[in-house]
Amino acid sequence: MKSLGFLLAVLAFCSTVRAQPIVAGSKRFTESYVLGDIARVALQQAGFAVVHKQGMGGTIILWQALRDDDIQVYPEYTGTISEEILKAKQPLSTDEMRALLRQDDVGMTGDLGFNNTYGLVMRRDRAAKLGIRTISDLPNHPDLNLGLSLEFLGRRDGWGPLSTRYDLQMQNVRGMDHALAYAALAAGSIDLTDAYSTDAKIEENNLVVLDDNLHFFPQYQAVFLYRLDIDKRAATALENLAGTIDEVRMRHLNSEAERTKDYTYAAELYFGQKYVSPSRNLAEKIGRLTWRHLEFVGASLFLGIIAGIPLGIRASRPGPVSNIILSTTSVIQTIPSLALLALLVPLPFFGISSVTAIFALFLYSLLPIVRNTATGLQDIPTTVRESAAALGLEPQAQLWKVFLPLASRTILAGVKTSAIINVGTATLAALIGVGGLGEPIISGLNLNDTGTILQGAIPAALLALLVQFFFDALDRVFVPKGLRLKQ
Amino acid sequence: MIKLRSVSKSFGSTVVLHETNLDVPTGDTTVLIGPSGCGKSTILKLIMGLLAPTSGAIEIDGEQITAANIIGWRRRIGYVIQEGGLFAHLTVRNNILLMAKHLKEPVEPMETRLRELCELTHFPEDALRRYPVELSGGQRQRVSLMRALMLKPSLLLLDEPFGALDPMVRARLQDDLKEIFKRLQQTIVMVTHDMAEAAFFSDEMVLLNQGRIVQSGTLADLRTTPASEFVRDFLHAQRGLAEI
Repeated sequence: MKSLGFLLAVLAFCSTVRAQPIVAGSKRFTESYVLGDIARVALQQAGFAVVHKQGMGGTIILWQALRDDDIQVYPEYTGTISEEILKAKQPLSTDEMRALLRQDDVGMTGDLGFNNTYGLVMRRDRAAKLGIRTISDLPNHPDLNLGLSLEFLGRRDGWGPLSTRYDLQMQNVRGMDHALAYAALAAGSIDLTDAYSTDAKIEENNLVVLDDNLHFFPQYQAVFLYRLDIDKRAATALENLAGTIDEVRMRHLNSEAERTKDYTYAAELYFGQKYVSPSRNLAEKIGRLTWRHLEFVGASLFLGIIAGIPLGIRASRPGPVSNIILSTTSVIQTIPSLALLALLVPLPFFGISSVTAIFALFLYSLLPIVRNTATGLQDIPTTVRESAAALGLEPQAQLWKVFLPLASRTILAGVKTSAIINVGTATLAALIGVGGLGEPIISGLNLNDTGTILQGAIPAALLALLVQFFFDALDRVFVPKGLRLKQ
Repeated sequence: MIKLRSVSKSFGSTVVLHETNLDVPTGDTTVLIGPSGCGKSTILKLIMGLLAPTSGAIEIDGEQITAANIIGWRRRIGYVIQEGGLFAHLTVRNNILLMAKHLKEPVEPMETRLRELCELTHFPEDALRRYPVELSGGQRQRVSLMRALMLKPSLLLLDEPFGALDPMVRARLQDDLKEIFKRLQQTIVMVTHDMAEAAFFSDEMVLLNQGRIVQSGTLADLRTTPASEFVRDFLHAQRGLAEI
C-alpha cells in the first residue's frame, strides 16, 4: 500500500507541471498536423501562448482530450463529428451539430473552405487497365488486394456500410497503417486503399479517386472544435480562419509539408511568413527529444522498481495471490500501446499528458521485474532457506540479508530487460503528443520519410545500447562479489 | 534436555514420523541413525521449528517450542547441514558473523570468538575473506560449524555433516569434530546413516525405520540384543563394522 501511495504522489507531482497556455491538438496525419499548426499561429498572432501537441492519435482520443480540457482546440471534419462523435442516425445540419456540441461545452467554427471526404484510390494505370472508374465497378473485381486504414475499417461511414451499399464482396481485405498503404500501393502489393480527397499523395503518386456514384460518403468539411470556455478573442481568431482554405490550397499545403518534412513550414506558408530552416536545430531537437525520452524511461522504470520488486516478492510465495499478480502483469503486456493509451486517456487524472505516458510505460515495465524477482527468490535452494531460518533471523531479516542479495542478479536482469524494452516502448508517448523520440518516428511514418524516422530510431537504438552498458556496470555495484565468482 | 512427546509429522496422507517419544539427555551426544527416509532428519527440523509437528509437542529445558518463541530458541541452537547451507553472497567471515552483527553484538568479543573458532576448527584465518565458492567441501563444513557455534549455543544439531565429503577429508573432519565435541561438553544431536560414524561419536544411538524408533542404546546393546530382524539386518549391512 505504501508503494501505491508513493506512486500517486509522483503522478500528482507530474500532473501539476502541465502547461498553462492554450493547447492545440492534432490527429496523426499530415493535414491535421498542418491545421493544428495553423490554429497555433493564428492564436499566437492574437496574443496567446499556444502549444501544439502533434499527432495525438485518433478521433476518440482527441475528442476526450477536448472534453477533459487537456486540449482546447483541434481540427475536425463535419462527417466525423456527426458519425463518430454525435453518432447521429441521419445527416445533421451545421446548426444541429453546434447545438449538440454545446451540450459538451464545445464550439465549432464555420467550415474552413474545403471538403476532405473519404475516397477509394487506385494507381491510375492499374485502374485504367481494369476499366475501373466508379466504386460500382468494383463488384466485377472481387479478387483485388485491398489495404485499408484501420480507422476506415472500423468507422460507421467506413468499409462495412460502404461494402453493403455497393454490394461489394471483396476477398482480400486487410488493415494497415495509412502511411504505409501508399508505399504498398506504389509497390503494387495492394491495388486499392482509402484516402482523403485533399491528400497530397494523390497527385504525387498519380492515383485516381474512384467516383462515389451512389453518394455514400458524407461531407467532410474541415472545422475547428474548441472549448467554449476559452477567451473570446481566441474563439474569434479561430472563427476568422473559416472560409480561408480551399481544396487546392489545402492540397498544396499538405504537399509542401510532406516535401519539406516540416508542418510548421506549411502552416507559416498559409500566413505568408518567412520560413526558418529547422535543420540547424536538428542536433538540438534530437537532444531535447532524447532527454525527454530518457525522462519517460527513467520515471516509469523507477516506479516499476518501486512497485515491481514488492509484487515479485509477494508472487514468489505459492498461492492464488501470486497467480493473480503474475497473470495480471502478463495480460498488461499483451495490450497494444495505442489501445492502452485509449483506455487510460478517458480516465480522470490521466488525459493527454506525460503522466499517461509514464503510467503506461510503468505498466509495461512490471512484467520482467515482477517475474524475475519471483523467479530469483524461488530459485534459492531449500537448504539455504532453512539455514537462514535456523540461524534465528526474523522473516524480514532473512529476506533483506539473505534472499534478496542472493536473487539480486536475477532481479537486476529483470530491471535491465524492462529498461531496454521501455526505451523502445517510450515512443508511444508521441501517440498522445507529449514528445520523446517517437515524435520523429511517427511523423516520419506519416510522411513516408525514412530520414525522419531514423532521426528517432537511431538515437533510440543508441539509447538502448547505453542503457545496456549502464546496467552491466551496475551489476558490479548491486550483485555481491561472491555471486560473480566462478566456481 | 530435549523431549519429544507424542510427536508425529505427516505430509498429506504420507506419514514421515509416527507418534514418537524421545528424551535427549543434556551433555550427551545422541546419534539418530537409520536408512534414508526413516524420519531422522525430520526430527531435527521439528526441533528447529523448520517443520511444525502434526501432533504432539517438543520441549527444550522444560519449555515448549511454539511459533512465538522459536526465533529465540533458534539463536541458542547450532544447526549444521550436509551441504553447509552457506550464503554465497557473503565472505566466510560474514557468514559466521551474520547473526552476531544482526544482534549488534559488541565488536571486540566477536573478533575474539572468531579467532577461537578458527583455532577450534583448524580453519586458516587468512581464508576468512574468501567466498563459499572458493572453498573445498571440507572447509565449507568447518565454516558451517563455526557459524553454528558463533553464538555459543547450548545445543548443537548436525544433519549428515560429512555426507558430501570424500573419505580422506571425511576422516580428518570426524577426528577434529570428535575433539571439538569433547572440548565443548555440549548436548549434541547428530543424524547419519553410517553405523561406524554413529558408533564413533555417540553416547547413545537411536535407530529409526519407516518413521518409528526401533531401538535405542549403545552399539554393543544393538549388537547383543537386537530388538528386531531389521536391527540385525541394518548392522549386518554396514561392512567393516566388525573391526570397531
